[in-house]
This record gives sequence, structure tokens and C-alpha cells, in this order.
Amino acid sequence: MKRRVAITGVGAVTPLGVGASTLHTRWAAGECGIRDGEAGCVDFEPSDFLSKKQIRRTDRFTQLAMAAAAEATDAAGWSEALPCEPDRMGCVIGTGVGGIRTMQGAYKLMYGGGRGKVSPLTVPLMMPNAASAVVAMRYGLQGHVYGIVSACAASAHAIGTGARMIQAGDADAVLAGGSESALIDLTFAGFSAMEALSPTGTSRPFDARRDGFVLGEGAGVVLLEAESTARERGAPIIGEMLGYGASCDAHHLTAPEPDGGGGARAIARALDDAGLGPEAVDYVNAHGTSTLLNDRIETAALKNALGARAWEIPVSSTKSAIGHLLGAAGATEAVATVEALLERLAPPTLGYEEAEEGLDLDYVPDGPRPLEGNGNGNGDGASGQLVALSNSFGFGGHNAVLCLGSAR
Amino acid sequence: VPTITTEVVQERVIELLRTLGSEADEIDGSTELQTLEVDSLDLVELGQIVEEEFDVELKSEDLSELRTVGDVVRLMVDRAS
Repeated sequence: MKRRVAITGVGAVTPLGVGASTLHTRWAAGECGIRDGEAGCVDFEPSDFLSKKQIRRTDRFTQLAMAAAAEATDAAGWSEALPCEPDRMGCVIGTGVGGIRTMQGAYKLMYGGGRGKVSPLTVPLMMPNAASAVVAMRYGLQGHVYGIVSACAASAHAIGTGARMIQAGDADAVLAGGSESALIDLTFAGFSAMEALSPTGTSRPFDARRDGFVLGEGAGVVLLEAESTARERGAPIIGEMLGYGASCDAHHLTAPEPDGGGGARAIARALDDAGLGPEAVDYVNAHGTSTLLNDRIETAALKNALGARAWEIPVSSTKSAIGHLLGAAGATEAVATVEALLERLAPPTLGYEEAEEGLDLDYVPDGPRPLEGNGNGNGDGASGQLVALSNSFGFGGHNAVLCLGSAR
Repeated sequence: VPTITTEVVQERVIELLRTLGSEADEIDGSTELQTLEVDSLDLVELGQIVEEEFDVELKSEDLSELRTVGDVVRLMVDRAS
């Protein structure tokens, strides 16, 4: 039997502010963190979390990850003592592009003044595994530690991989999540050139008028612990990682498989891994990018994997409130999902008004929806365990789906 | 290149150590690099800047021979002359 994986802390820095509960509360209240067509973490002050030297030695994407990790570990009571031996603790932080801001700066210096102008910190700041490395150094995590790179599915893969480490017995506790800070000219130019960004600067997933995604930055971290370890030390268990499913379309560099087959396989695997059927699902936190293709094909994937149940459950997109955090999307949305289950409240898909033919699921258009459990599976009754899916799909055809539960 | 005297170099080195992130209340010639947590990466960065400003080279391998801020200053002044 697989070891159960508890969630004992979550942390997030998003365009809606610093903090996981801030993300949930403000999103549920209908607030949106998008300003002038982009979603930056304007409330984030690195010096609140890092020393002057740490700030100098980290790219912003690592700084965001450090803040999210600090919140998660504080919540889990790590400030006094680590829960297990350093060698039994891991860290997996996903990212789309890592320290691309540092890289762009180094290019400018090099082309302006030659190779000798490039700082010795360039490589250690820009490497995509920097966030994992720095978080591991901060807490002394000496077990399995690395980054994961799979575009916009990276941090969902990271959380899934963290859970697998625990189930396989390679670790007893893992800080898992994702971080991205790529609000720079190169990224805007690249995504614009491929017509992925919303020219109107609007994120309205599943709406007939959607015209692309809005670029955002941020980080999310969840603290996964073997349930037995967490219970032994009396840690606050706020949720459960029930299942993980991954697949690849192997179809096209950027476009999803037309019938949503790849996404559907990942959803089905996550449920199968959790030992649950579609009837147990109470909520879906969609990938919901607000692009023409994703939202249509994700809807098809949900119908394909969940059958009639797809029409019965609330499906909402965090990206309607904070834009698309690329490699950090999966983790911040997993954090948002844990919070939604904890508060038993599904926040709405902001801006959704006009239906499109075939996009006919319940996208939670009119304000937050209470989650009451459905009597079909784990979620029986007012205090039963609620079950949610969090979808992440990345360029390259990468699909990663997390099945999350509220605390039992 | 400015006039290279111990005073000029020391003032600049201390200023740079602060820029690199040292948060010590007071830094002077006798301050140990270890207490400022200066490592090989810092020394290479410092070296890059002083090479440009004073035309003096500092390499990470120099770190093994340097104990205090004063040692860094002395090495720079020696190499300049």
C-alpha cells in the first residue's frame, strides 16, 4: 500500500498579494491582480524575506520561491525544528524559464562591453534549478533536490514528483512547488509573436470572447509530508495529496491534441492513482488559460475523462484573477485548490459572461460557490473529505494533473 | 585610474563589500573576511570591479591568502605598484 501524503503547509506569492489565504480571499471576492495587461507581484518586497546578500545572490524567481517556502514552513511549524533527518527531506521547484531576467541583463552587459562584463553570479542566478538549490540551502534539505522543466506544467509535475518521493520511501518531507518571474521584453515579445498573449490584456477563461492569456509572475509551494510523520509530530494537516497523473500529447510543439486525449489521460490517471472515480470529484481548478485552443480542448478533456460528472461540478480558473504564471501556475493553483477545499468554497471564473458552443460546463460565473460534498465518494456530508482536481498543461504537450483532498 | 593609496583603495573596497551584501555595523582594515561571509564568488565580483577602476587583478584563488579587509587592500596596492 502506498504511503499517504499529507499537506502540512502552503505558501504563495501572487499578483493578488503575499500569502495563500490572501490569494483565496481576494480571488473569491472577485478581485483581479491584472494591471495594464500584465500581472506582477507588486506587493512583494524581497527584503521582507531575504538578507541583502541573499537578494544579491538570487534572481527574482528564486526570491519569490523563498517567500512562498517561508510561508509553507512557518505554517507547518518548521521554524523551531525540522520534522525529520535532513537526508530524508527533498525539494522540487519547477519553473518555465528560471532566471531569464538575469540572463537578459547579462546579454546587455556582454554585447555592450564584452565577455569580461558578465558577472560571476550570472550562471548561478539564471540556472532553472537555482530556486530548489537556494530553498534547500535555507532549510538544510539534503535528500532529493532538483528543478523540473515542463513549461506551464512544471510545478504540477514538481508536486506530483514530490508526492512520489514520499510514496517511494525516498523522503519523509518534501517542499514542492514552482516559481516564475519572466515579465521582461523577451518573454512578452516571444509569446506575442506566437499570438498566445491577449492583445486586449484580458484574462477571461472559457468565455466566447477570450483572446489569449495574460502573463503573470509568482510562486507557490506546498509542504508534503508522509502522513504518519506528520501525525507523529502533531503537525497541522490542512489537505491531502491523493493522486497524480501525467501524460504527453506527443502531438505538436504548442497545440494540444485536438480531442483533448492527452489531458483526459492525465486526469484519468490522477483519479485512478487516488483510487477514486469521477463521482468523487467536487471541484476542478482548471488550467483555463483564456486561449482559444486550451479552454476548448480542456473542456473536451474533462468531458472525456469524467463523463456525465463533468457537467455537475464547478470548474473555475485561477488565471482569471492572476493571469498565467507559466511554470508557477500549477503550484499556485494547487495552493488555491487546497485553500478552496479548506474553506469549502470554490472561487469564480472572473469575467466569464458569454458561452461558446461546446463550452457548456459550470464555470462558476456568478461569484464563489460553496462546496458541500456530494454524497458520492469521499465528500459525504458537511464535514467529509472534499476532492478536487488541479489541471496543468504545458507547451510541448506536457500534461500533469493533481488530485487533492481536504484534510480528513 | 585614481591615485592608488592605501586610504583610497580601502575606502572603495569597504564600499564595495557593503554593495556585495555585507551588513556588518563597522568594517575596517582589521575586519576578517570570514565574519563578512566573503567567499570566492564575492572576490571574483570585487575583482571585476577593481580591475576596471584600478587596473588591478584579483582572482578567487587569492582568497586562500587573504584573512582581513586590510589584506585585500595591501594585495591591491602591492600589485598596482
